[in-house]
Amino acid sequence: MRLRVNGTEHEVDVEDDMPLLWVLRDELGITGPKYGCGIAQCGACTVHVDGVAVRSCQLAAADVDGEVTTIEGLGTPQALHAVQAAWVDHQVAQCGYCQSGQIMQAASLLDLNPEPTDEQIDAAMSGNLCRCGTYPRIRAAIKTAAVKLQGV
Amino acid sequence: MGRVKTIARRSFLVGSVAVLGGVAFGTYMYKRDVKNPLLADLKPGEAAFNPYVKVDAQGVTLITPRADVGQGAYSVQAHLLAEELDVDLAEVRIDPGMPSAAYYNGVLAAEGMPIAATSDSMMARTGRGAADVVGKFLGLQLTGGSSTVPDMYDRLRHAGAVARETLLAAAARQTGLDRDQLSTENGAVVLPDGMRLSYADLAATAAEIEPVQDVTLRDPSTWRALGRDHQRTDIVAKSTGTQEFGIDMVMEGMVYATTRTNPALGGGIQGYDATDAEVMRGVQAIIPITGGFAVVADNTWRAFQAANAVQADWGPSPYIGDTAAQFADVAASFVEDRQDSRFKDEGDVDAALDGADVLAAEYRIPYLAHAPLEPMSVVVNLTDGRLDIWTGTQIPRFVQDGAAAVAGLEAQNVFVHVLMSGGSFGRRLDDDYVRQAVEIAVQMPDTPIKMVWSREEDMTHDFPRPLAISRARGAVSDGQVVAYDLGIAAPSVAASSLGRLGQPSIGPDVAIVAGAWDQPYAIPDYRVTGYRVPPMVPVSSWRSVGASGNGFLHESFLDELCHAAGADPMEERLRLCWHDTSRKVLEAVAEMSDWGSDLGEGRGRGVAFTLAFGVPVAEVVEVTNTDRGIRIDKVFVAADVGRVLDPVNLEAQLSGGVIWGLGHAMNCELTYEGGVAQQDNYHVFEGMRLYQTPQIMVRGLENGDKIRGIGEPGVPPAAPALGNAIFAATGQRIRELPFSKHVDFV
Repeated sequence: MRLRVNGTEHEVDVEDDMPLLWVLRDELGITGPKYGCGIAQCGACTVHVDGVAVRSCQLAAADVDGEVTTIEGLGTPQALHAVQAAWVDHQVAQCGYCQSGQIMQAASLLDLNPEPTDEQIDAAMSGNLCRCGTYPRIRAAIKTAAVKLQGV
Repeated sequence: MGRVKTIARRSFLVGSVAVLGGVAFGTYMYKRDVKNPLLADLKPGEAAFNPYVKVDAQGVTLITPRADVGQGAYSVQAHLLAEELDVDLAEVRIDPGMPSAAYYNGVLAAEGMPIAATSDSMMARTGRGAADVVGKFLGLQLTGGSSTVPDMYDRLRHAGAVARETLLAAAARQTGLDRDQLSTENGAVVLPDGMRLSYADLAATAAEIEPVQDVTLRDPSTWRALGRDHQRTDIVAKSTGTQEFGIDMVMEGMVYATTRTNPALGGGIQGYDATDAEVMRGVQAIIPITGGFAVVADNTWRAFQAANAVQADWGPSPYIGDTAAQFADVAASFVEDRQDSRFKDEGDVDAALDGADVLAAEYRIPYLAHAPLEPMSVVVNLTDGRLDIWTGTQIPRFVQDGAAAVAGLEAQNVFVHVLMSGGSFGRRLDDDYVRQAVEIAVQMPDTPIKMVWSREEDMTHDFPRPLAISRARGAVSDGQVVAYDLGIAAPSVAASSLGRLGQPSIGPDVAIVAGAWDQPYAIPDYRVTGYRVPPMVPVSSWRSVGASGNGFLHESFLDELCHAAGADPMEERLRLCWHDTSRKVLEAVAEMSDWGSDLGEGRGRGVAFTLAFGVPVAEVVEVTNTDRGIRIDKVFVAADVGRVLDPVNLEAQLSGGVIWGLGHAMNCELTYEGGVAQQDNYHVFEGMRLYQTPQIMVRGLENGDKIRGIGEPGVPPAAPALGNAIFAATGQRIRELPFSKHVDFV
């Protein structure tokens, strides 16, 4: 089947029900999306399909019906996305393992809702687990990113 | 009673003999410099002035041997070196180095000794000195116990200074100028005319001269990065998906494996039928390993699917298998025969409680999983008698030795490459997952193998924080707490985890009472007794170790006594606290939280204090009792680490510790049936989610006389502060964790 990931077309030969996460990680070598739980309880695998956050551990490869963007496609160390820049400014990450998913979830939130309220941030982000407890800085970074994106 | 005294005396004797014998016998060995591992494969033109700094024509490499499990260890180690070496951390390589005795931990062994952090007695100083001797003798390279900063603070600054002075000497030799005419800046020696000689260009000359050992460390007032806000070295990589964790390692020709061992812990495997699994797509091999089997495939998901299709015949667990029976054995452990320690025994508790109006309570805490978000994973490659291992670990030398034993190799042929860990919280103090992967490699040599556990395998094969029960009694008089007798029964973490590493554990296990026996309260009749429960399911260190639960056990009942006395819980703690540095953290949270002000209907405040790893921490939690349950509104934290090296990370570690402590206290427990952990993924082991996260206000104080680490000390006071706040808001005293057994949370 064909998959478009971060602007590149890929032909992959996988089972229809292989979760997108494992196509990305083990077939395409795109390791930004992480495996944490495999049952959509932690959000570490979050990627965008046509700009909307999805849990790639629960999306079967055959059901991918749009362009996939992973953290690598959102921005790079040389050209940070506004959400990534806010994550750097606030020094959100500790172990960092969940942060690819947190950032993809936050970017999707701000794309759909450029000025989220505190309650909307809490609602959108509570499916993403962080064992280190970086939540206060995630909240703060989303607010910073929202302001920055508004100014663009 | 007789037996207790015997045990206590014996272990002290053992301790003293070890100390004296070690120092006297080992003076030569101890004083001798440990071998610099960087010299082993140094090439012409490369200079390694000590085990921490290497310079070659390509530039500077800083070795940061303490593992980064999210606590920022790499960054702080690199900054300690850079502060003296004058390099821009964006321009250097930061490498954890290869396992080596040179990277021994010189402070950790003291955590296993009954030495109060508040004590500066002869015995305490001798014991701390012995920790350095023990660590150096054993070449104990281990990350844990919030020891990285206290252990490395002088060592790395000194290493940075030695490297700088040697490079200056090399520049002097190369230019014919006098050392005093030269200065250093941003990775270069600067000549009087402003010309710059980069460290890389000086490497060849520097390699020819003896490192300059006579150096003076810079005064902290002149520091440029340390002591003020600065950027973590890994923050950009971790914000862009470019940080390589153990699970992300990729090699040419690599295969993907997973393992399954008996979910009934220790039960072994009697046989398995892989007929269905073997024919599944991508499956390359299904092979036996100790206690289970491994599936090797061309994709992790295919390995998981095939593992699910294997029919295994598991044996029964040899341990007490059900949580009710486990607690029953803990409850039966408050007997003289199982008494392990009585490090605190002030006044005459028996007399004080005899005939007095005694308040008594029993508390319980459950087993808890570490469950770092990155499941256990490792890449191994065994080729031509050489074994390479890439993984996140806190114990690289034990990994090396353990893997060598499994593979039948000499340790020198095992190369451990430490990668960034996606969390640990103590889980990576074990090497069980590495040994499994090496068993696969022995059966599949010449192939790089990535072994990844499923989340379910990870959570059901953890070595959890042990359960415990406390029995407390106390008395109050004239509005004051006057007697406190606390007994704590728990399995021994030291015996269990050191046993797995092939190390002895001698004498009482301090972890059974850590965070309880050593609290700086001047209660006239005050006693803390540890009871050792015989081994049950294997256990290990969990963020803040013994104090993680003992803070709750000690501080909750102290709160009960304060209320029984009719005293304000903050005022009474301040009255009882004799340790000035600790009093100041209590005063700080009182001021930050406006303690004593009216919160209004249905709201409450709780305070708790724990001194652990030498760090006094006080926390105040504010809650509201809503019609949907308890809502945690705010948490105020004050901690004293002696000197704050990284204010941004101090705030991160303390607020993270609070969230860790609160989240597990709210809703987490690991229970067993037939030796099988019943919580196998995050839907039944949630911890805290973002919507439940309170506002957290942090203050770092610097009154303490020693520099301390901050990864763990924020945890212990969180649970009792929350329980005490729930009591204040509702009148309900909850004596069992998790709190969700008794109240709902919003």
